[in-house]
Amino acid sequence: VNFGLLFDIGLCVLLLGVAFAAIAARELFASISLFIGFGLLVAIGWVRIDALNVALAEAAIGAGLTGMLLLNASARIEGAAQGRLPVRLLPILLCTMIAAALGWSIAELAAPAEGLVPLVERNLPAAGVDNAVTAALINFRGWDTLLETVLLVVALIGIWSLGEDAVWRGRPGLDQTVRPDGVLATFGRFLPPLGFLFGAYLVWVGSSAPGGAFQGATVLAVMWVLMMVAGLSEPPSVGSRGFRWALASGPLLFLAMGLLGIFHGGFLFFPPNFAQEMTLLIELGLAVSVALTLGLLLMGAPRRPA
Amino acid sequence: MGDILSMTLMAAGLFFFVAGTAGLIRFPDVHSRIHALTKADNLGLGLIVFGAAVQAPDFWDVLKLLLTWLLALAAAGTTAQLIARSELVR
Repeated sequence: VNFGLLFDIGLCVLLLGVAFAAIAARELFASISLFIGFGLLVAIGWVRIDALNVALAEAAIGAGLTGMLLLNASARIEGAAQGRLPVRLLPILLCTMIAAALGWSIAELAAPAEGLVPLVERNLPAAGVDNAVTAALINFRGWDTLLETVLLVVALIGIWSLGEDAVWRGRPGLDQTVRPDGVLATFGRFLPPLGFLFGAYLVWVGSSAPGGAFQGATVLAVMWVLMMVAGLSEPPSVGSRGFRWALASGPLLFLAMGLLGIFHGGFLFFPPNFAQEMTLLIELGLAVSVALTLGLLLMGAPRRPA
Repeated sequence: MGDILSMTLMAAGLFFFVAGTAGLIRFPDVHSRIHALTKADNLGLGLIVFGAAVQAPDFWDVLKLLLTWLLALAAAGTTAQLIARSELVR
């Protein structure tokens, strides 16, 4: 008996079942819970095809962080907690068409070609890191990653703009009333030391093994959010100038490194002699500013005066 | 020998997961459902972790597995307390 195959078939059935349940759930909260479960199952799927980097990103960002963002959003929608969600035909039709088109294009795919793997492997020595995914993200297709990090900051500005005028430049989140000796405060003191260590490790190890700035930053961000929710750390004012610079520092550093490349051959070209140092610097800078950005994305629009 | 030990431990762990899930579905109120879920899942996960630890290639992997269990215990215990308390306040 091929247990691996059995496991994979079971996983696929479970994935389809949970996906359907997430769509068909009666309440928004149930839908989101199932979506989080779906993300974790997808992460197991990525592990099964040896895409550990993607699995980490899926579990941390796809399931965890996105799930929390959806929960935040559902709390803002009035009356979302009660009653059946309305059935909207047009979105259903659109999604069905996209799914059909995707399915058709997969079915039409030519026999597996060589792909980009040999190309990446040939150029890996020039990228300065041993993890092919990190090399691709920072070096080979740095444009995408640079724009993604800028996009995160833009998304944060979008969320901030949902705040009311009176508290613009104020602090995000509500006043936390936490019993100082309660379980939440205790958990907020117990977990972050371990979590910060693990997040920093994920960033550091990203140059040679699965991990990297985004996965590590997500862990760091969530630890920070836990400290804020547990009342142990006050969220910064949205108007704080130093803090805004910290948010922009990662993309700015990336941009500066990219501009340095012009002297060596072109924008975002990293000369092989310095590629290792430059990649590491970018990863560290990105980790800090992405962690701050993601943490504040989760805290939402400003709701209290500075 | 190791395989049999692993399978026994994991089967016992799965039994607790099934029992906890049955409790989650069948019990009447939030507090008893949480009780069933966290008690059973914590013990079930512990047994599965021990079952996996038997297969671990070296001591560090055993430590990592144990850490996973302890973190899950802490997270489950904390969220269970928070949900139970918010239900009392409601």
